[in-house]
Amino acid sequence: MTASSETISKQEIAKTKRAQIRGLYKKSINKKIYFIFFLFILMIIFAGIAATLGSYEISFTEVYSIIFHCMFNNAETYEQYTVWELRLPRILLAILAGAGLGIAGTMMQGILRNPLAEPYTMGIASGAGFGASLVIILGVGAEYAGGYSRYALIASSFIFALVPAVVVLAIVLHRKPSPGVLVLAGISMLYIFSALTMLIQVPADPNAVKVAQFWAVGSLERASWLDIFPISLVLACCVPLLMWKTWDINILNAGDETAESIGIHVKRTRIFVMMISAVLTAGVVCFVGAISFVGLIAPHICRMFIGADNRFLLPASALFGAVLLLLADTIARTIAAPLVIPIGIVTAIMGTPLFLYLILKKKGEYW
Amino acid sequence: MRLEIKDMEFGYASVTILKDVSMELVESEVLGVVGPNGAGKSTLIRCIDRIISPQKGSILVDGIDIKKMSSTDRAKKIGYVPQGIAQIFPTTVFDTVLMGRRPHFGWWSRKEDNEKVLDMLELLNLEQFAMRGINELSGGQQQKVFIARALTQEADILLLDEPVSALDIRHQLEVLNVIRSVVKEKGISVMISIHDLNLASRFTDRLLLMCDGQIFATGSSSSILTPENIKQVYGVEANVSKFGDRNYIAPDKPVEEK
Repeated sequence: MTASSETISKQEIAKTKRAQIRGLYKKSINKKIYFIFFLFILMIIFAGIAATLGSYEISFTEVYSIIFHCMFNNAETYEQYTVWELRLPRILLAILAGAGLGIAGTMMQGILRNPLAEPYTMGIASGAGFGASLVIILGVGAEYAGGYSRYALIASSFIFALVPAVVVLAIVLHRKPSPGVLVLAGISMLYIFSALTMLIQVPADPNAVKVAQFWAVGSLERASWLDIFPISLVLACCVPLLMWKTWDINILNAGDETAESIGIHVKRTRIFVMMISAVLTAGVVCFVGAISFVGLIAPHICRMFIGADNRFLLPASALFGAVLLLLADTIARTIAAPLVIPIGIVTAIMGTPLFLYLILKKKGEYW
Repeated sequence: MRLEIKDMEFGYASVTILKDVSMELVESEVLGVVGPNGAGKSTLIRCIDRIISPQKGSILVDGIDIKKMSSTDRAKKIGYVPQGIAQIFPTTVFDTVLMGRRPHFGWWSRKEDNEKVLDMLELLNLEQFAMRGINELSGGQQQKVFIARALTQEADILLLDEPVSALDIRHQLEVLNVIRSVVKEKGISVMISIHDLNLASRFTDRLLLMCDGQIFATGSSSSILTPENIKQVYGVEANVSKFGDRNYIAPDKPVEEK
């Protein structure tokens, strides 16, 4: 073989190698898109099933015709009322809340580079719990003895949910902390708000304490169309902003110094994403209570399937969170009917074995 | 001149880490930074990439003050591979290298960005690992991936903080050879901190010897790595022999403290 034909064949080999990698890369992208699509279909199916189940059964086709009917007319029959006013808001609330929590967990794990970060461990949920307890126990805005204003509860839990995030923000502004320090700050917020919640519960009326505790576990019991609009608005504002930052969050994963050297403003990005995620979580939690675990496991499980690219992980975790809450809520209201188990209990009990199974199956340190 | 530093000083609160640092880096050269632990090698490199900001002095890249550059512009001029990268969530080699394209595209990679990644994988011989997670690679391969990432930024200056200290001798040679060949092919300038004095003398064009936050001496490796300098800076008695045009250093024992 002459020298020139040798270089030509070398070029050929390089060319085929490139084509191969291009093909593999495309395939890996497609796999992620299929996974997201699969979760979307799963969500639609679960939503359909959830609409048929309840105190009395309504068939699949009937459900869809009722929904179609009620989009343009008022609910008239009992079936129509059940599906449109009771089940559908609840299903939508499960989807929106699950999506919000899944996204918030993904973002917090991403910017803090910590597998434990999520709305709960960052103290946001317990902040909201304190805000809610305060209103319930003090009976803020009550119209009758032992009551409280639902609007006051939503406002108070929203505001207190943001307190831990503001504390973390203050730490970021004060000095240049490592992500680990921020997680520790979040956990200490979790402790202090749990303690404060307990403290105000000590002298309180036992009935009010029970209500507050039920709230803290999370429930979709009060779902109505009035909740759907504000919570949709929160998601519609926060999600595009977070999606826009996903690529920068990917780079943060490489470490702060590397990210800086690639041109990311690490501190600014961290503050921005942390605040938006906190608002998102607060917006969800103030309506449904502190549903735990979804924000932790949705991103982890999705990461096992499609990897750590947040551009795909964000929509995947959103859909996974939605599916998980739909499933959990359906179980919560059917398994011991007419008794409804708070959804937060179901997510934790159902999610833990699934999560542990997947962790044990995977060999890598963090998939 | 690619990089010019004049009278730079850096410190934390009351402790001065770097003082009176003036140096330059020219086209297509590999500048080795040597000196004992705590001499300020990493601090110097981090100041250049504005990971930390010096209190005094100026840093000019292609004649422009680095303080006046946006972070994206800076990333197009300087690439940096820090010491000991700990990535938490593993990504594929391809996606890891693609991160280096951040200064060139906003949110979604274009076709040409993917092609640049392919160029780098080919150049550093990483093609067979393209779709593997970086956590599955050996330390030497990982280091090459991180260098590939910095190179896809297409910066003219590459800063490497101890890229070979954790590697076995084969991977040390591989990584350093790759750096040399990239310098030859792309004409970039590399500043590399390195502990092994023999590797430093073999793979660099010029050495900068640091001691106590100051530049002790700079010049060719044979003029820098003398028994007197090593004794004074490291506190080590060393035998230095000629090996071709390079100095070969065999450390003997620590100097007895008086």
